[in-house]
Amino acid sequence: MAEPAIRLTSVSKRFGGVQALDSVDFAVDAGEVHCLAGENGCGKSTIIKIVTGVYQPDPGARIELFGEVVEKVTPQEARARGIAVIWQDLALFPEMTVAENIAFETMLGNRPRRVSYPAMRKRAVAALARLDVDLDLDARLNTLPIAQRQVVAIARALVSDARLIFMDEPTASLTQSETDALLDVVRKLSARGVAVVFVSHRLAEVLDISSRVTVFRDGRLVGVYPTEGMTQGRLTELMTGKHFETTVAARDVTGPPVLEVQGLTRQGEYADVSFTLHAGEVLGLTGLIGAGRSELGHTLFGMSRADAGQVLLDGKPVRFPSNRAAVDAGIAYVSEDRLSLGLIQPQSIADNTVMAVLKRITSGGLISPAKKAALVDHWIRELAVKIGEPTDAVSTLSGGNQQRVVLAKWLATEPRVLILDSPTVGVDVGARAGIFRIVRQLAETGLAILLISDEATEVLANADRVLHMAGGRILGEYDPRETTLQGLEAAIYA
Amino acid sequence: MHSFLRNYPTEAKLLAVLVVICAALSSASPSFLTLVNFTDLLNNNAVNVIWAVGLVVVLIAGGIDISFAVAASVVQYLCVFVFGWIGGGNWAIGFVVAGVLGISLGLINAFLIHQFRIISIVVTIATFNAFFGLLMFFSSGRFLYNLPGWWSDRLILWEYETSGGTWAEIRLPVVVMVVAMFATWALIRHTTTGRQLYAFGDNPEGARRAGINIALMQAIAFGWMGMMAGIGGLMQSHITREVVPNALYGRELEVLAAVVLGGARLGGGRGSVLGCFLGVALIAVTQNGLNLMGVSPYAFKMVVGLTILIAISMSNLDFSAMTAPKRRDL
Repeated sequence: MAEPAIRLTSVSKRFGGVQALDSVDFAVDAGEVHCLAGENGCGKSTIIKIVTGVYQPDPGARIELFGEVVEKVTPQEARARGIAVIWQDLALFPEMTVAENIAFETMLGNRPRRVSYPAMRKRAVAALARLDVDLDLDARLNTLPIAQRQVVAIARALVSDARLIFMDEPTASLTQSETDALLDVVRKLSARGVAVVFVSHRLAEVLDISSRVTVFRDGRLVGVYPTEGMTQGRLTELMTGKHFETTVAARDVTGPPVLEVQGLTRQGEYADVSFTLHAGEVLGLTGLIGAGRSELGHTLFGMSRADAGQVLLDGKPVRFPSNRAAVDAGIAYVSEDRLSLGLIQPQSIADNTVMAVLKRITSGGLISPAKKAALVDHWIRELAVKIGEPTDAVSTLSGGNQQRVVLAKWLATEPRVLILDSPTVGVDVGARAGIFRIVRQLAETGLAILLISDEATEVLANADRVLHMAGGRILGEYDPRETTLQGLEAAIYA
Repeated sequence: MHSFLRNYPTEAKLLAVLVVICAALSSASPSFLTLVNFTDLLNNNAVNVIWAVGLVVVLIAGGIDISFAVAASVVQYLCVFVFGWIGGGNWAIGFVVAGVLGISLGLINAFLIHQFRIISIVVTIATFNAFFGLLMFFSSGRFLYNLPGWWSDRLILWEYETSGGTWAEIRLPVVVMVVAMFATWALIRHTTTGRQLYAFGDNPEGARRAGINIALMQAIAFGWMGMMAGIGGLMQSHITREVVPNALYGRELEVLAAVVLGGARLGGGRGSVLGCFLGVALIAVTQNGLNLMGVSPYAFKMVVGLTILIAISMSNLDFSAMTAPKRRDL
């Protein structure tokens, strides 16, 4: 057994009436890759903030950092002892160069000093060398893809001689190959004795990279498990306390064709795409980020125009000059980036729900409160959105419930075709099941659904048919009932 | 050259536009490309550049300041009284007094912004009105001509008689401008504090987490702006030999336009001293050219407005994207 890097015992934290952490223990060994798993709100981020001194634990906790008991952890203290956090939003400086971002700590301090650019570069080069990565030091950070920014954030942690690095949802916005590259870096760190705590709810990676996994649920410690022999299903059960069947929902759909896409091409985005979507069908569209899935969705929704090919809706060719026209024709598109594109966060649940159908709830040119309330009530009930009041801001809802509000907004347009682009990004395992139950119910009512997702498990479990897209082309069609996850993933990551 | 183009894309494009305009003007008017005209332009725009390098520090730190021109007027007035009270003074005392008064006014802005978490545009619109109202009230709008001699006497630091018998000269404000530019450049490029200002403007939350002292950042940014406002005010009165309470009212927008033209971003994190100079120069040269060509002064504002629009639009164009193969939309 290796030396423990950190050991926390009986840590509790209360915020007002909420017990965020209830007497939990948490330990990480030196050089270990450890996973911290749990649903949103389980206390994962609270414990990171306690280790890094952002929050102080309630009395009774014992914190041991690298063999020393520390009475009061401050952010400075934590950093000095070699604990670093790479936040989900990275906390980098997009207008500054790579070198400045990596060696930013050389510029800290209240007393002005001369900046030594050569010294800064030297430290940046050294940090990147430890990662075996080559980056242009003079490039502005905002010109780099997100995966390389992640590398910059890790390099920054290494500059301050971190011995324990927390990574908060590091793979949330990465493609599979970028994730692989990141995991490679994590393995190298581990080999050099740096402990890495991965906080993620993309479970496949959790199992792949770590040696042990600590599971939290509702502020309590569920347990610490070796990843040897741990299955995805078992981990989900531990995190949610519920049992989920991963079954295949696919069935034969006999409905008439609603949306027919024939040889659709848009230069640089996708080429020669053809498929038919039937009423009552859930058609999965999977592939890596950059395969052209979302771009295809944009064209179907009238937000970009194809160079060639045609789209038939109910057998009649359609061409949408704008997405307004697509909405009027009965196409709804739930966008990938729910937080920034799908919802107006500070506005109320009610306002968000009716946003796309304002014309329908007016009387005499003004919005009728009665019609609005009736519509909002209907959809909140229909989709079982858990809310306080319809007048509460959408930002007060959990990820899963926010996703339901987006769905409500588009279902209110009474669409024939629903395009769901990565509907479960940032949504908990438990809430995902709820969303797919709704998707299934909608299909039963005859809605034609195009489900875009980069998670092969998701489309296999929930779609009736699966299309695989890569490099802008449809490469194959799969029947989930006759396809294994391994088979589909082999095709996707080929 | 390559790294200049990459790190200062806006400045590079602005420089190109300036060269084109200068070339056009020198062929349109023989008196444009002369030494006398060039030194006149420098003398007349030095104060704007001094203010611009103060303002760019605030913009880099993610703020904006509407109040500095009016603050400069306040400093001018207070200076007249301070110098009268101490019985004269000299340039050394003058710079210190104007600088300190300016810094104090700037710190009022910084305090309000930091303490009450109000965004800077709202605070400085409020202090703009408050400063101006107080100034008009206590001065009753009176002009002051009783400036000490050292303040109002022209200081010519270099002169040269051209063949045509006119004099090209460099006056004190130009030297002060050069010093202000150099000091600001040293601050923002070569001190850790300056880099923290960029970081703070770029990503305030990231800066906070990295352990940057936010209150100090606001104080430095608005203090620096205030100092430049005060010194610019001192120079302005030196040029006009009088203090007029509403003379500088409205100059803030002209300077702001120049600074933004020079590549500073209203969102923070970007801006340079070179950009400030080029921004002021572009507006000044355009105006000067129109003047020399005999265009009605009433048309100036319109043309200057159009110039700003065109230059800003150009600087937002991505030339590499334009040269890429065109996509055919149906």
